[in-house]
Amino acid sequence: MKAWDVLARIPDPEIPAISITELGIVRSIAERGAAVEVAITPTYSGCPAMRMIEEEIVGELKSAGFAEVTVRTVLAPAWTSDWIAPGARDRLKAYGIAPPGRVHLFPKAVSCPRCDSARTERVSEFGSTACKAHYRCLECLEPFDYFKPL
Amino acid sequence: MATKPEFVLRLGDNALILGQRLAEWLGHGPALEEDIALANVSLDLIGQARLWLACAGRLEGQGRDEDRLAMLRAQHEFRNCTMLELPNGDYALTVVRRMLFDAYQCVLLARLAQAPEDEVAAIAAKSRKEADYHWRHSADWTVRLGDGTEESHRRAQAALDQLWDYTHELFASDEVDPDAAGLREPWLALVEPVLAQATLAIPAPSRFLSTGKRGVHSEHLGHLLAEMQILPRSHPGAQW
Repeated sequence: MKAWDVLARIPDPEIPAISITELGIVRSIAERGAAVEVAITPTYSGCPAMRMIEEEIVGELKSAGFAEVTVRTVLAPAWTSDWIAPGARDRLKAYGIAPPGRVHLFPKAVSCPRCDSARTERVSEFGSTACKAHYRCLECLEPFDYFKPL
Repeated sequence: MATKPEFVLRLGDNALILGQRLAEWLGHGPALEEDIALANVSLDLIGQARLWLACAGRLEGQGRDEDRLAMLRAQHEFRNCTMLELPNGDYALTVVRRMLFDAYQCVLLARLAQAPEDEVAAIAAKSRKEADYHWRHSADWTVRLGDGTEESHRRAQAALDQLWDYTHELFASDEVDPDAAGLREPWLALVEPVLAQATLAIPAPSRFLSTGKRGVHSEHLGHLLAEMQILPRSHPGAQW
């Protein structure tokens, strides 16, 4: 699908290591000739990046030849971090962000994305963006972000 | 039963007014982590407020969008409960107020996730995930402060003493929200264990009932609105 391939190249504005399709916020695409409608869902209600993501989707699809692009927001089902693509989890880790645990599984220790130690502690439930918590590794002593399971 | 537009307005105004109060902490938090935490919670609440107010505008069908509802209504048209408009006070008051409200959000949003209107149910299901997260943070801090030092305990108890009577309003059923009273028990089931762990005593019962959700507010809301609304009121239609 052409539109999907275009969207798969748009990085998330706050975590550019992964794309918006890998983040799981693109919920549907309907192509009708030169027209395309994309449905996206916010990670968090107050995510300030949503407007920018919308503008990028419109811009990129227009440059890819779609004359008419509409983006609508859907809320149900609510986004979950379980929708993050498997390959993107590895890239989050390589980028220095511990990937989220599965929402309904027994919570595992959060491993340090740098040294893999499970000896870590939470500094704060809240971090630099709505979707991250702030952790510290007790082995290598580096602070790091944890993508919160939601 | 169908959800009334005025009830949705209450949901939006609760989120908006507490979101605005928490935003006042920006740059003034007692620690960097807490500063960031309050900013994050504020952002979630303002995001929820946008969704609820947009929904309320559609349900009432008079062409008012979320910006107009947030920025161009006067004090008596706001439907938030009074507790949320009170000034922030110290960190104990900010934390205990959030704990009382976050617990209410958890039980209320769980109920609304079953609402007959798809949009109401969707916003509630989405917001509830965030409310759970907020609740963990404010309950944790209530315990830390209540069961902390002598000074932090004194302040947390003073905050609870000041706020407790305002929670009656949350559970006062009326024609807009006939099911409000039914939430008190599940709410207490969340709040009581936290207060016990925090070694905080629930104040003696009183008949005080605040009336913010009916549009009759304390003297504090006007000041908050003056600050929040000044830009769109002095420069109508301003954009950047």
